Parts: sequence; structure tokens; C-alpha cells
Amino acid sequence: MFSFELLLNAIIFGVLIGCFYAAVSVGLSISFGLLDVPHIAHASFLVAGAYVTFLLGTYGWDPIVSGIAILVPFFVFGVVIYRIYHETFEKRGTDAGVRGIAFFFGVAFIVQVCLTLVFGLDQRLVEAPYTGNSLVLGDLRIPWRLIVAFAAALGLTVALMLYLSNTFQGRAIKAVAQDAWALRAVGANPVHIKQWAFGIATAVTGMAGALLIIVSPVEPSLDRVYIGRTFCVVVLAGLGSIGGTLAAGLILGIVETVVLTMFGASWAPAVAFGMLLFVLAIQPKGLFGR
Amino acid sequence: MKTNGRWFWIAAVLAIAVAFVAPLSIRTDYYFYLSFIVLQYVVLATAWNILGGYAGYVNFGTGAFFGVGAYASLVLIQAMGAPLLVQVVGGAIVSGLLGIGAGLLTLRLRGIFFSIATIAAAIVIETFIVNWRYVGGAAGVQILRPPVSGLFESYTHLMFFAMAALAVVSIAIARYVEISWIGRGLRAIRDSEVAAECSGVPTLRLKLLACALSGALMGAAGALLPFYANFVEPISTFSLNYSILALAMAVIGGMSHWSGPVVGAVLLAVGQQFAVVISAEFHLLLTGLLLVVFVVVAPDGIVGLLARLGRGAPR
Repeated sequence: MFSFELLLNAIIFGVLIGCFYAAVSVGLSISFGLLDVPHIAHASFLVAGAYVTFLLGTYGWDPIVSGIAILVPFFVFGVVIYRIYHETFEKRGTDAGVRGIAFFFGVAFIVQVCLTLVFGLDQRLVEAPYTGNSLVLGDLRIPWRLIVAFAAALGLTVALMLYLSNTFQGRAIKAVAQDAWALRAVGANPVHIKQWAFGIATAVTGMAGALLIIVSPVEPSLDRVYIGRTFCVVVLAGLGSIGGTLAAGLILGIVETVVLTMFGASWAPAVAFGMLLFVLAIQPKGLFGR
Repeated sequence: MKTNGRWFWIAAVLAIAVAFVAPLSIRTDYYFYLSFIVLQYVVLATAWNILGGYAGYVNFGTGAFFGVGAYASLVLIQAMGAPLLVQVVGGAIVSGLLGIGAGLLTLRLRGIFFSIATIAAAIVIETFIVNWRYVGGAAGVQILRPPVSGLFESYTHLMFFAMAALAVVSIAIARYVEISWIGRGLRAIRDSEVAAECSGVPTLRLKLLACALSGALMGAAGALLPFYANFVEPISTFSLNYSILALAMAVIGGMSHWSGPVVGAVLLAVGQQFAVVISAEFHLLLTGLLLVVFVVVAPDGIVGLLARLGRGAPR
């Protein structure tokens, strides 16, 4: 029943999927990891991105093109959401914990219900030249949709990594995570930087949503599973570590595929959440934590 | 405080008495089904508030505690045909233990991690149940109610009375927690955990106690589900909707007083019965919008607004 070939297969698929997991989590790594925003709605924004891609797909847009087109509106959306969050919770200071979390939980819920109202409960997918067929390598069949998503995900994650470490704005975002007061002392406004960063995080999440609908069909309640996957990756990586996100995504991808191959698909939802609980219990700082 | 307390207990006894005699005068079973649901949410919101409102730890796993209670009760029925009271106690104990477990695992971490861990626990447990044949797996299982005996003429009336009694017990426990040293400790934790710890508040023990109480009450509410619905299946039993509703009811009603979750639960659950006529999604959307609006504009909830009105001048 269990063979070396099967394991090899699982690992290859795990790496492809893992990179994709890193891409869908990298926005959360910024908003939650670096900015300390309790962003429960991240996965809902992701699914919303997937549905916008679907909508553009009905006009014949290629999902990757849609993913790029999504960046700007999602950036604006992220800025608005952060602005509301900042004005009502961060600024008042008191008791931001419970109410901030409740706020994002409510936003996530509204997004999910709106998607249900507009698109219904059916599964949706996109058509593109690469969604139908597979790359055949000997006994191995790898769907092109996974390869395209893998390449785009890798590109997205690496680009974001370079942006954060090599540009002035990127370093400012990292600085705001380390010491917002010191930033204020050198004459920069941490709120503006956080707003910008949250916008970037949301834009990237929207684009990752385009990859999501390339990889698998989407339904409005999909955000629940991705809460687990994204938080698992971000916590496992260590808060705010973008490079760690890539490693953690690969680990989750491989573990999940191996478990699926060995135990069957009905255990799928528990893998990411189980790993998350395990990491929280054993090593809450993650692999590359600050 | 003393006279206040006396009135509370008189009202509690009256409420139980009314629930007991109601079947004699009201003949439509529909009202009992409806009241059962409303009271169930009173229990869930009140239980949620013990941890969320007083201690400031947001539990997203209401569905998990509720579901674990339901399934514990189901196992008791399947294994030994346990009577209702044993089911409720069993469900409460198992969910209480789950609360302690979740607490031990995550309460040393920042609040948001506790929230995430409770969602995680909900889904991990749900997956186990889906893969567990004995309790019906993903398809669920049908239960036959035993013939009703004793004081009630139908099982619907008995279930309604049980939930009403549980609601009164939950409110009494929440009120006790609120006005006793436990509540003072929990509020200290919410305001500043470090400061509380430094002043000698046994933070971990208090949080575990709150987790256990909150979980046990949710589990007790879930334990009534098998005989109420005659059918238990994992997807709707562990639904995230329980989590959002319990949270929304407590936030909208007001988190700082025991009456807040009760007001919120009654309003939203009764509203649900009307809104469902339009569509179930419409009610969920309304709940989500109300939650966000209240959290932004009126963080003290309805009870907070009323209190401010009562005091006259706004602060």
C-alpha cells in the first residue's frame, strides 16, 4: 500500500502546494506578524480575491492578469480597513484586544455572507489554457494549474521578501514592527507606514486569491480552512519572518500531502489546525521567531 | 447589593416556576421549540461572556464546546441509554475538561493565539468526529427519544424546561463570577495581565477556572441537542455560526454586566426567527453588521447605552 514512489509523489506535490501556502500566508505575515493587527479576516479577503478573479474570468480575463489587476483595489480596501481599525481601536488604546478581534471576526463574517448572497453556495472555478491538462514526466502527472500557481506564488513571495529587505519603504515597515516610537523620533509617522503596509498586505492577499482559484475550486466557506493554513504557516514561521513563511509553507504542504496520501481526504482539514496547535504548545515562537 | 441579590433570586425562582407551568396554558408546541432555541443562545452567550467579557479572552470555539457536549451526550445515550440529567452533567464535564485543556495549551500566550487555538480545536475535533463510526461519522445518527415519564406530558415540554433551568443556572453562575473575587481577578487580567500577576492575582488559575466554567456551560447546552433534534451530525453541530452568534450576542448586549449577553441573545435569537422568513443569509449578514457597528460605535453594548441614559449626562 505504501511505497517509495507514493512518498516521492507526495513530496513533489507538497512542495508545489507548499509554495502556494506561503503565498497565501505572506499577507498575514505582514499584517499580523509585523503590524500586530489581529487579522482574523485575512482568509476571507483571500477568498474574496478568488471570487473577484472568478468574476473577471467570466469576462474572459486570465486569472494571473486578474490577480495583478486586483492589486490596486485591494490595496485601497486594506488602507480603508486599517484606517477604521486604527481610529476605533489602536487610537483609543483601551481594551483593543477583545474588540479588535471581534471587529475582524465580524468583517470576516460579513465578507463570507456577502459572497454567499452574490455567488451562492456552488463551487466556482476559472478556465485558462493551463487549467485542463497536466505535465507528464514518466509515471508522474503534474497538473499545469499547480505549476503555474507554484511559479506565481514563488515570484510573489520572493518579490515581497526583496521589497521588505531592500527598499526604503520595506525597511520602514520592518522598523515600525521593531520600534514604532523610535521611528517617531526620527520624524516618520508610524501610522502612515502601518497603513501603507496593511494596504500592501491586503493587495498581496488579493493576488494570492487569484492563485487560490487556479489551484482549486472555491466556495464562500473556504475561508475557514484557510484561517488554519495561513495562521499555521505564519506561527510556524515565526511572527513577521517572510523567509520563514516560505519554509513553513513548504513544511505544511509536504505534511498535508503525505497525511492525505496515507490516511485519506477526510482528515485534510485537521492537518493544518493540528500542526498549529502543536506549534503553539511546543514552540510558540515558531522556527524563525524574533 | 444585598437587596439586589434578593431580587435576583426571587426572579430566578419565578422564571423556573413559569417555565414549569407554561405547558399547562400554552398549547402550541411551536412556541416551545422557539423558546428552546432562544434559551440555548442565552446559555451560550452567557457562557461565552464569562471568559470573553470578564477576562478578555475571545473564544471562537463555542461550536466546539457545544458540539463536544452534544457528542458526549450522544455517546452516553448510545452506550447506556443515559437519562437527561446524566447527559447534561456528562456533556458539561467533558466540555469543561476541554476548556481546561485549551486553556493550559494557550493561556500563557497572547490573547489572539487563544482565539486561533479555539478555532483550531473546533476543526480538529470536528474532523475526529467525522471519522468516528460509532457516532455516525459524517452522515450523523438518528436518536429515538425514550417515552416521557413523570411530570411532563410531552418531551418538547421537558426539553424546554431543562433548557430554561440551565439558562437560569448559567446566569446565576455568571452573576456570581461577576460580583465575587473571581470577577475582580478576571477584570484585572483583562485590563493588564502583567499588573494583575504582579499584584498577586493567581492569573493562570483564574483563567483556567473561567475556561472550565464557560466550556462546561456550553457543553451542557449542547448535551440537550440530541434529544431536542432527534438527530446529530457534525457539520451543523460544530458550526462556526454558534461561535459568531455567541460572540455577537455578548458584544451587542454588553460585555461588562451579566445581563448584557441575556439581552443580546434574546434580541438576536428572536430576531432570527423573523429574519429567517426573508432568508437565513440575511439574518447572518445583519448579525455581522450589527456586531461591527456595535464594536466600533457602542463598545459597551445595549446595556452600556441604557446605563448611560439612566445616569443622565453622558460621560
